[in-house]
Amino acid sequence: MAKKSLKARKSELSDTKRQLELLSTGVFETGTLPLFKEKLKQHQLSALQPHPLEVLQINMGYMCNQVCAHCHVDAGPDRKEYITKITMNACIKVMQSQAIQTVDLTGGAPEMHPDFRWFVEQIRSQTQVKEIIVRSNLTIILANKKYHDLPLFFAKHQVHVVSSLPFYKRNKTDRQRGSGVFDSSIKALEMLNTVGYGKPGTGLLLDLVYNPSGAFLPGDQAALEQDYKNALNTDFGLVFNQLFALTNLPISRFLDYLIASENYEEYMTNLVNAFNPTAAKNVMCTTTLSVSWDGYLYDCDFNQMLGLKVASKRNHISEFDAQVLQNREIQVSQHCYGCTAGSGSSCQGAIA
Amino acid sequence: MKKEYYNPEDLNKFGEITKWNKELGERFFEYYNKVFEEGALTAREKSLIALAVAHVVQCPYCIDAYTKDGLQRGIENEEMMEAVHVGAAIKSGAVLVHGVQMMNRYDQLSM
Repeated sequence: MAKKSLKARKSELSDTKRQLELLSTGVFETGTLPLFKEKLKQHQLSALQPHPLEVLQINMGYMCNQVCAHCHVDAGPDRKEYITKITMNACIKVMQSQAIQTVDLTGGAPEMHPDFRWFVEQIRSQTQVKEIIVRSNLTIILANKKYHDLPLFFAKHQVHVVSSLPFYKRNKTDRQRGSGVFDSSIKALEMLNTVGYGKPGTGLLLDLVYNPSGAFLPGDQAALEQDYKNALNTDFGLVFNQLFALTNLPISRFLDYLIASENYEEYMTNLVNAFNPTAAKNVMCTTTLSVSWDGYLYDCDFNQMLGLKVASKRNHISEFDAQVLQNREIQVSQHCYGCTAGSGSSCQGAIA
Repeated sequence: MKKEYYNPEDLNKFGEITKWNKELGERFFEYYNKVFEEGALTAREKSLIALAVAHVVQCPYCIDAYTKDGLQRGIENEEMMEAVHVGAAIKSGAVLVHGVQMMNRYDQLSM
């Protein structure tokens, strides 16, 4: 596990332009592998266009108590970027004017934001948003006494908790996320179960996120979910609702890992060979907008991390214009193969 | 001409065998895919069997493919190594059981 972010290490990959350059040269420049745009054409698919907006995903900031080896955000304790109340209010305005079903709060660790609870309360009291998702790394709940009551806070506001747990065994989880992360995660899951999360009839949803701990694609989501459920229930008496199997996208720290381990070309070949046109039709960027900590708009969280703002003159939440944004073309590069491989991948797991 | 008999990149070209005999190639892949579907055995169990056999037949392509397949299915390294030992035990057992033939022949020829 890394100890510092790429940015703190002054890695060349902390420069998003360098990442985009890597994703467009080499095997993609020689024609060994087709560009994502070309692949869409090969399958008679048009350029990606947005459907009506359903999900507003808001990145609360890049600060995190963990420094995970695969993190596409390059988050960590050394990151200081935070969303301001002005931007949060601008987001609420958009939630009030648009038929947004879901607000998806992510980070870093969104709970570390000093106004995180205020923001959740405002969304609940001032908007008609049906679902608030928090992407929790679980360990934050135990990281400091001030976070211990988060499960109760989540339950009070009917927050849908989506938590990362890379595997149901200690060794793989700790290798990816750091020593002790598995035990803390299990304890946090117990706390969430105690207040009713993941239990039938409570309405409190607790979903887990699996992502491969290495240079390979996720297996069948339903089979993995069954394995997780059996193992977590047998070993710890834990329950949860669904498992989302996510593909690691070749950007940021995972890209750094792929290159350092000499797995980059093989991984990209796997992604391209596993291209699934059905998944390409259902990619999440068609119904989602991602807002960065400084208020800019992106087609997805991955584009945000690559600095690829929406291809629109109105690219900031403060000047949100649904009609103008609706007519944009979604920005793509070769990292998009991560969302179209196999059963596909999105923040809600498989899509095909 | 390349000096290596095995090239990892050739694994990605496996499907190209259909180019020189479409019917047999396609029938093979249809059969192959059917074999690995969930059945009386789970796809996970089949993956472990395939890994063990891959070692016994010493196919580097198959070892690469089924190690990755196992990782994707959440199969752990201890399970993979146990499967390889099963293959090794059968392979070595197959050698050693011929020792009985050797003993029989020895006894037959000896006074």
